Amino acid sequence: MVPYIIRRLLIAIPVLFGVMVVNFIIINMAPGNPVDMYVDPNSSPELLEMRKEQLGLNDPLYIQFFHWLGNLAQGNLGYSFSTYEPVSKMIFERIGPTFELMGLALLAGLIIALPIGILSAVKQYSKLDYLATGTSFFGISIPHFFLGLGLIYIFAVQLQILPAGGMSTLGSEDNFLDKVQHLILPVIVLAVGISGQYVRYVRASLLEVLGQDYLRTARAKGLKEFVVTNKHALKNALIPIITIIGMEIPFLLGGAVITEQIFQWPGMGQLTIQSIMSRDYPTLMALNLLTAFMVLFANLLTDIVYSFVDPRIKYK
Amino acid sequence: MKPLLEVNQIQIAFESDSEEVISVEEVSFSVNPGETIGIVGESGCGKSVTSLSIMGLLGKNGKVNKGQILFGEEDLTKVSNQRIRDIRGNEISMIFQEPMTSLNPVFTIGNQMIEGIKLHLKMNPKAAKEYAVEMLKKVGIPRANEIMKEYPHALSGGMRQRVMIAMALACKPKLLIADEPTTALDVTIQAQILELMKTLQKESNTAIMLITHDLGVIAETADRVIVMYAGQVVEEADVFTLFKEPKHPYTQGLMASIPHLEYESEQRLASIPGSVPSIKHMPAGCRFHTRCPYATERCEQEQPRLKDVQAGHKVRCWLTEEDGLRTNSDQPKEEIFT
Repeated sequence: MVPYIIRRLLIAIPVLFGVMVVNFIIINMAPGNPVDMYVDPNSSPELLEMRKEQLGLNDPLYIQFFHWLGNLAQGNLGYSFSTYEPVSKMIFERIGPTFELMGLALLAGLIIALPIGILSAVKQYSKLDYLATGTSFFGISIPHFFLGLGLIYIFAVQLQILPAGGMSTLGSEDNFLDKVQHLILPVIVLAVGISGQYVRYVRASLLEVLGQDYLRTARAKGLKEFVVTNKHALKNALIPIITIIGMEIPFLLGGAVITEQIFQWPGMGQLTIQSIMSRDYPTLMALNLLTAFMVLFANLLTDIVYSFVDPRIKYK
Repeated sequence: MKPLLEVNQIQIAFESDSEEVISVEEVSFSVNPGETIGIVGESGCGKSVTSLSIMGLLGKNGKVNKGQILFGEEDLTKVSNQRIRDIRGNEISMIFQEPMTSLNPVFTIGNQMIEGIKLHLKMNPKAAKEYAVEMLKKVGIPRANEIMKEYPHALSGGMRQRVMIAMALACKPKLLIADEPTTALDVTIQAQILELMKTLQKESNTAIMLITHDLGVIAETADRVIVMYAGQVVEEADVFTLFKEPKHPYTQGLMASIPHLEYESEQRLASIPGSVPSIKHMPAGCRFHTRCPYATERCEQEQPRLKDVQAGHKVRCWLTEEDGLRTNSDQPKEEIFT
């Protein structure tokens, strides 16, 4: 197992390098540049030129890239063009709130989806199944911005029982209840979509397993249908679900761009939007690097978890 | 002697796209304690469905419409779910055709063995584990202690079928239903598995219902044979009579199609022309008349009943009922079916 993990980590290095090259090129291909964003448009061309020179934007692209890479090798992600803060500090501040929001949403989504997906598969083609399938389609299809704005309108504007955005009320940052209240709406928006997807996954995966011979064996032993479904079938059906959950891990840190924007959630998604808007190259590069790393890491983690749940899989 | 299991004129139907399809019709037979009864027939003739109906494992679309399945005093078609679960794996157990897929891939052999033992024999975990090891040793599994911790994928097909047998016999059932237990195995392993089943049967006086399409397996193991065709029993006899004097044209056709070593190499193997009718379009009259070389007008219109021709020998055919004409025929069977 350990040699396998080391091999996978070594393979990740060239992949990351490739991803960063592509990212760097694409970011620099976008029209406009940071100087246009931060400097008064009425300034003289000489001043603009000077700022460009200062930020190193006049160097050839490959020099800029290797400059960035050299800093990265020393553990320095650079400074933001817009706030002049260290990029690492900015990301560090945002990662917690995003993890909190996304983790809770994923958890809530799964808690809702598992029992509904199981019931839907066990009672295939029943009214309950049609209801669950229909509702899950609704959950998948409804756009986050629409559901988010709708919920804000109802609960924050009309009923005035929940806050419309932010992480906490000014002055009561340590109040737990206040925090929970701020989490409810964004978590619901995200969980609706997630649970909609997972109802479909769990149902499909379990249906595939329900026809298997070994369930007939389990029934022939005299086991209760509950045990047959929830022990013998479910453990097999969850194996593919783990892969899909594994693919969500990058989003746990990457954040939900639209939802965070709507609810003014100070997380990674919001940071990404702001950096794109302001052509903040160093921050964008760092965010992309983190996402790429998380994707690779999540894949590796999924493969490792796989070998624990499926005894047929062994890595050498 | 009172039979252990008595299947009485059952009809089994499956719900498919809001119409009912009759899969098995007027099937009757009985199994005595300690006896081995063979059920033969082509794929789709209803032999597996019949056995699953005894276990109450037809699934949500299948049900027994008519008839009784008497096990002791109880009618298994009417007992509660709780009662049938008590019987399953305890008084009646079953082994299946596919040892490769019949064990759950994500649980250890030990876990799957102990499950049934704990459920029916009410043993504590430690005693159940020891008993499971003992059962594995009994079915000839080497290193039984280590195998308990293995997952099914680490075992060969023959070993998995041994595990299935150990699981099925753990609670000393009165009846073991073996649905094509050797079909998926190599010939050498087949012989070992059949031998093992015979040995264990003698020890515990378990009756075996052996379902197969392999006449060789039947000849070696069964005491009595039931031949099924298109969802019906067409002939029932003890094994010697059946092989010596098959009465039903279908049974005769089956016998004629067994390859023999002494045949000339250029001689074609006999086969029954045509194919099994689909259960949705059963022919009127005798279900075999479309493929039968002796079919008369009567066969096309009226359905024959399963009747005794001799003590213990039942046939469903108009010809045997009317006279002994065909059985005395000097025409060799092989030629008719070529």
